[in-house]
Amino acid sequence: MAAPDPLGSPMWDYHAQRIFGTAPVRFDARVGLAMPMIAENQRVFPIAVDARGVDRASRILIFADLNPIPVAIDYRLDGAAAYVTVRIKLDQRTPVRAAVQRAGGDWLVTGNWIDAAGGGCSAPPVSRVRGDWAEHLGEIRGAAWAGERGHARLRLLFRHPMDTGLVENIPAYHLETLTLRGENGQSLGEMALQASVAEDPALTLLPCSAPGSSIRIDARDTNGRTYAAAVKVPTP
Amino acid sequence: MTISRRTVLGALLATAAAPPRTDYAIEPRLVADGIWVVAGADAPIERDNGGAIANITIIATPAGTVLVDCGPSFRYAKTLGALAERLTGKPVVRVYLTHLHPDHGLGIAAFDQPIVAALPATIAGIESDGQGFSDSMYRLLGDWMRGTDLVKPGVTPTGDAESFGGRRLRLLALSGHSAGDLALLDEATGVLVTGDLVFNGRAPSTPTADLATWRQSLDVLAALPHRLVIPGHGAIDPGGTAAITQTRDWLDWLDESLRAAVKGGLDMVEAGTLPLPERFAGMAAVRYELQRSVSHFYPVLEAELLPRIDVAE
Repeated sequence: MAAPDPLGSPMWDYHAQRIFGTAPVRFDARVGLAMPMIAENQRVFPIAVDARGVDRASRILIFADLNPIPVAIDYRLDGAAAYVTVRIKLDQRTPVRAAVQRAGGDWLVTGNWIDAAGGGCSAPPVSRVRGDWAEHLGEIRGAAWAGERGHARLRLLFRHPMDTGLVENIPAYHLETLTLRGENGQSLGEMALQASVAEDPALTLLPCSAPGSSIRIDARDTNGRTYAAAVKVPTP
Repeated sequence: MTISRRTVLGALLATAAAPPRTDYAIEPRLVADGIWVVAGADAPIERDNGGAIANITIIATPAGTVLVDCGPSFRYAKTLGALAERLTGKPVVRVYLTHLHPDHGLGIAAFDQPIVAALPATIAGIESDGQGFSDSMYRLLGDWMRGTDLVKPGVTPTGDAESFGGRRLRLLALSGHSAGDLALLDEATGVLVTGDLVFNGRAPSTPTADLATWRQSLDVLAALPHRLVIPGHGAIDPGGTAAITQTRDWLDWLDESLRAAVKGGLDMVEAGTLPLPERFAGMAAVRYELQRSVSHFYPVLEAELLPRIDVAE
């Protein structure tokens, strides 16, 4: 049984059991969760999770209790600093949570309620309405910046409709995996994404990459289409 | 789900509380000969203010009463109209809508459509986005909005002025805060009513903004011979230049800061927490509007400023 929920969410027990199983869970202020004071756009709600104050953090999970697709990302750090930004959809007022797993298996959780107009997950993506989504599929923008203590700052912007399957006549179709690799093929992080990530996924990661080194990015969507990108961390 | 004792007690307390206030306190203030302003609250649209956050202008003319904007709801506009008619002793003969945003004009349902005038781009905006605006206002404000039907302005002003029994109002068809921004100059007094092209002491909001054309519109207003400025939000500007300058300063700062944030590798949440320059620190709703503006502009700036990095596999 998970710890009692400080946010009083009706779905906490259900999600805690499914996501954390029998692993120890506690609410811990060392997991920082930053978000804007209002959800100006319920289809694109930005979140930043900062768990750099947590020792031996190995995995970050972001979920919104009352979204029809609760989990947005499941990020295995593989040496990256415990920090991630992502934009998600909100289908209604909901708690938004960040859960950080440590090497020992236990979870530290934090969260906040955010109010939102309905429909973030059940309205068609902008590029579907415009009709140009296929023309831009595969475009990836981004850059890397040299960071502190051997961790680069990497920004990645994918063009993808991230269809939830909850819009009439549009089946679910979304990016589902993302991997970062270093020059020697070593993993610099791996992420599973769900359709509750906003259209055109935008991420900030802090992989363990020294200035001058390069990072290879590979992704795959639910139709098996693959995506690839490469960046070099600049030398300051 | 388990229902805790606290949940039950909370629900009981909520129903026992007094019903929220839903009558608007509309207090016009005389700012020039025959011109009154009803000041909006310098706050976000919320239940405490019933959405009455925009400045409304009342102009007495020999031919009747002219309103510039009429507030967020049917109830507001009804109260406003009756009060304006008592004040001037003449019926409302014209309501100008400066732009499409609901805090300025959803209340037009309280007037006969043929006397409500707006730019064609404003009417087109109401046709495409009006229902969405109306839905969010009902969601945010609840009972304050009762009876507020979505209607369209009945006329588009032709020519660059309208005369009401000799009182001439110059009409300036501009844009930038939205696709159609109507500003008015009362030739008798030199009072310039800017709509949301100008904010004063309250951070500008940008949900439908185009910053480049907004700045051009501010140039037009600054160059126009005028005295006092009635901004869309915030205090009236008796000198007529400070509020225009401040709005421009904010737009310039916003544009530069967001571009620098994208180029520096920041994400939206991080850009929304950027430090504010001292000169903006005292502005109302400043952090709130910065974060909203990040939401409005950031993805477009990222697509413009960050390079393609995709490679063949």
